[in-house]
Amino acid sequence: MTARGPALRLLPALDDDNRFFWTSGADGRLRFLRCPACRAYVHPPAPRCPECLAAGLAPEPVSGRGRVVAHTVNVHGWIPGSEPYLIALVEIDEQPSVRLTTNLVDVEAEDVATGMAVEVVFDEHDGVFLPLFRPAERTAP
Amino acid sequence: MSPPAEEPLERRAAITGIGQSAVGRRLGRSGLDLTVEACLAAVADAGLTRDDIDGLATYPGMGVGTPGFAGPTGPEVHDALRLRLNWHDGGGEGPGQMRALIAACLAVGAGLARHVLVYRTVTEATAQGGGGRQGIGGDGGGDGGGGVPRFSGFLQWMLPFGAVSAVNWIALVAQRRMHEFGLTRDQLAQIALNARRNAAENPAAVFRDPLTLDAYLGSRMISTPLCLFDCDAPADGSTAFVVSHRDYAPDAPRTACHVQAVGTALRGRPSWDQFDDLTTMAARDAAAAMWERTDLRPADVDVAQLYDGFSVLALVWLEALRFCGRGESGPFVADGTAIARTGSLPLNTAGGQLSGGRLHGFGLIHEACVQLRGDGGARQVVRRGGPPEVAAVSNGGGPIAGALLLTRGRG
Ligand SMILES: [Zn+2]
Repeated sequence: MTARGPALRLLPALDDDNRFFWTSGADGRLRFLRCPACRAYVHPPAPRCPECLAAGLAPEPVSGRGRVVAHTVNVHGWIPGSEPYLIALVEIDEQPSVRLTTNLVDVEAEDVATGMAVEVVFDEHDGVFLPLFRPAERTAP
Repeated sequence: MSPPAEEPLERRAAITGIGQSAVGRRLGRSGLDLTVEACLAAVADAGLTRDDIDGLATYPGMGVGTPGFAGPTGPEVHDALRLRLNWHDGGGEGPGQMRALIAACLAVGAGLARHVLVYRTVTEATAQGGGGRQGIGGDGGGDGGGGVPRFSGFLQWMLPFGAVSAVNWIALVAQRRMHEFGLTRDQLAQIALNARRNAAENPAAVFRDPLTLDAYLGSRMISTPLCLFDCDAPADGSTAFVVSHRDYAPDAPRTACHVQAVGTALRGRPSWDQFDDLTTMAARDAAAAMWERTDLRPADVDVAQLYDGFSVLALVWLEALRFCGRGESGPFVADGTAIARTGSLPLNTAGGQLSGGRLHGFGLIHEACVQLRGDGGARQVVRRGGPPEVAAVSNGGGPIAGALLLTRGRG
């Protein structure tokens, strides 16, 4: 049985730049900053669009769907009490250059494939909504 | 891009002295003690005294990191040796651990100093006890205040998901290479096995017992597909160099190792998870930049000391430095002959970091000089009846990368 993640969640320190991201899952939606000019999604948060340098970036919801770019099962006991868990790099469907390091959940390690379609699910810890990903129920490619 | 018309500034520099402290697992000595030992050895090796040293550089200098990572600061060494400096520098940001050496080359080239002492010291084995490598988040260091700390900066995107060690981040690189290029664990193992074979001929190496493919494949997983033997070992030790203006080389008592070119580029995003090509990351840019600064070509390289903090990184560097094609490093190392001491490209001839110990980049530079000088003893590489003439060195993994090309004669 592959664990959902480490036994202890080390959490981000929330600030005015990242709060929207780490609390976005409160309504079940994943959000990234988006540029009003060139429409690029920007991650991690930045004061201006790193592509076109426009100001006025604002969080926008995305579908929460993506694909597994790479995956690993952490076995070593960095965090005491942890069972092996899946770490993955997931690119979002809207803009594959935006990636998240995350945990794959509701899936066994042997069933994970590179390129697999996944969808976001949130685990809440002390007001932080961690975006994790599970295999997607995908109807169309 | 064609080589710049003007001679690269770093070519005015040469490594005229090398020194290394005792190296081992849990020496129980202070970082400053080890550093002074290495520095004095390097100064004497260069035929100089401390009064000749007018520059000092180190990586990472005053900094954070897991226990035993940083070593003594520049000011501590400066004062311990009562140096009188015209130039000094320390820092953790830049083209890999060798950033300190590159900075020294530029300082010498610019005339800011004539003889720069450069060092890197680790006491990770003593600091971490017998438990081995620590996770980045394992010692706290966040800013939560009370209870479990919270994390800012790039660690906030990693630690919440238990991606607490560089091995996790590099395991993703290895897995992606398996997916894209068909890399196998047997091929990955060759980096570890080659390192162990070479370490057997290096009295200072921390692991010298024979390692078999079966033992490799049977060892415990750390973060798939990387097992115990894919990870370097925390060590204690200090490595030091004297970087001089090349005009001093003829007067130096030992063969000078001339700096032909350095590679410092980082053209992709400086990020472990947002870099455009996960299979190469920053090695691609640093290696390309190095070749842009020299007329030498990959085929001219006689010996390579490539960063192997994790085995897969050596494969990444083999491709980045164009010793083989993109995605072809697995087959290139597959039977171990090409990278053996008698092969076409002898690799990590002192055991690398995997078996030599995690001297964090500087051990690789040291071994390049040993080989160019012909001081390798039982592990000496022979080319055209003599020592190698050209050595390639790389430092770093993920978004951290620096490359260096050294020559025995003046470039
Ligand atoms: Zn824009």
